[in-house]
Amino acid sequence: MMNVQTRLVEVRANILKENDQLARALRERFQQAGVSVVSFVSSPGSGKTAFLEKLMSRLGVTHRIAALVGDLATENDAVRLSRACSQVKQITTGTVCHLDAKMIAAAIEDWKLDELDLLLIENVGNLVCPSSYDLGEAMRVVLLSATEGEDKPLKYPTIFNTADVALITKMDLAAAVEFDLEAARRSINAVRPGMRVIEVSSKTGQGMDEVIALLESTLKPRQLISI
Amino acid sequence: MWPLPVVLAEFMHELSIALSMIEQIAEEAGKHGGSKVDAVYVRIGVLSGVDTEALKFAFQIAAAGTPFADTRLEIEVVPLLVYCSQCASTHAPKGTEVLCPRCITPAQQILHGRELEVAALEIA
Repeated sequence: MMNVQTRLVEVRANILKENDQLARALRERFQQAGVSVVSFVSSPGSGKTAFLEKLMSRLGVTHRIAALVGDLATENDAVRLSRACSQVKQITTGTVCHLDAKMIAAAIEDWKLDELDLLLIENVGNLVCPSSYDLGEAMRVVLLSATEGEDKPLKYPTIFNTADVALITKMDLAAAVEFDLEAARRSINAVRPGMRVIEVSSKTGQGMDEVIALLESTLKPRQLISI
Repeated sequence: MWPLPVVLAEFMHELSIALSMIEQIAEEAGKHGGSKVDAVYVRIGVLSGVDTEALKFAFQIAAAGTPFADTRLEIEVVPLLVYCSQCASTHAPKGTEVLCPRCITPAQQILHGRELEVAALEIA
């Protein structure tokens, strides 16, 4: 109950405003340096690292790329990705379930951004926490594997709603697990109407050309000319 | 250090949100010269990705040992409000599906439901 001295003061401020401000500053920095930043989010085991390995080994031929990899523990993913690209940094978050703008800023502190075309960020495998944290990326890609439930987008609407593109991974296993592609597309469309969905397979290479074309479309024209 | 069990890892999310809240409460209370914060009013959208029950629990843990250990947490859940440009009207879906129920058009603008904000403080 309010007593006489109590007063109500209006705040109306985003709880994550510090992260949002830092992310905005990062986004400006990335734009000025002419580097396109794309982040990847998914649940653990959806095939993010395998997909990025394949993607980077192809993109690395024509573009100057780098990657940041978030995990609670171990540097295994960075080791895997460094086979495809020389500039890879692991961000070990410990008990924190997501990457935030501060971690990104710290990780790229000594990097020369203007020497890069594309920076890929692999977030911690988690469909909940990363959704709230803006990393300053130009595009957020969410991955859903054919071996997960088709209704996962309905169960984790926030992450799908904040993404720009969805990839359905492990399409080579779709038939074996009786994956219902149309149901998955319907789920995605329900929580993020109109979002582009690309079916991919790291094993067969399905969809890889389309993803590469999409990422190249985020690059600045000047970078495209230099290829 | 091994990966946390899923339930705990997801709770960690609300804990980081709660810790950010504590910082914000301290900053705002300082600005308004309050010595004691009786209550904090927050607005959490259904599409904010934050679980309100987990946030209540996380707030207790985050506030312990701070000047806000006794601060009451009042949560207002903000439902979805979506604008459909096709129908030129707003609709309020019951859950978190944002498709326009009338025309099923993709161009949906979320007006409310993503909030994650400290709305007000009750300062003594």
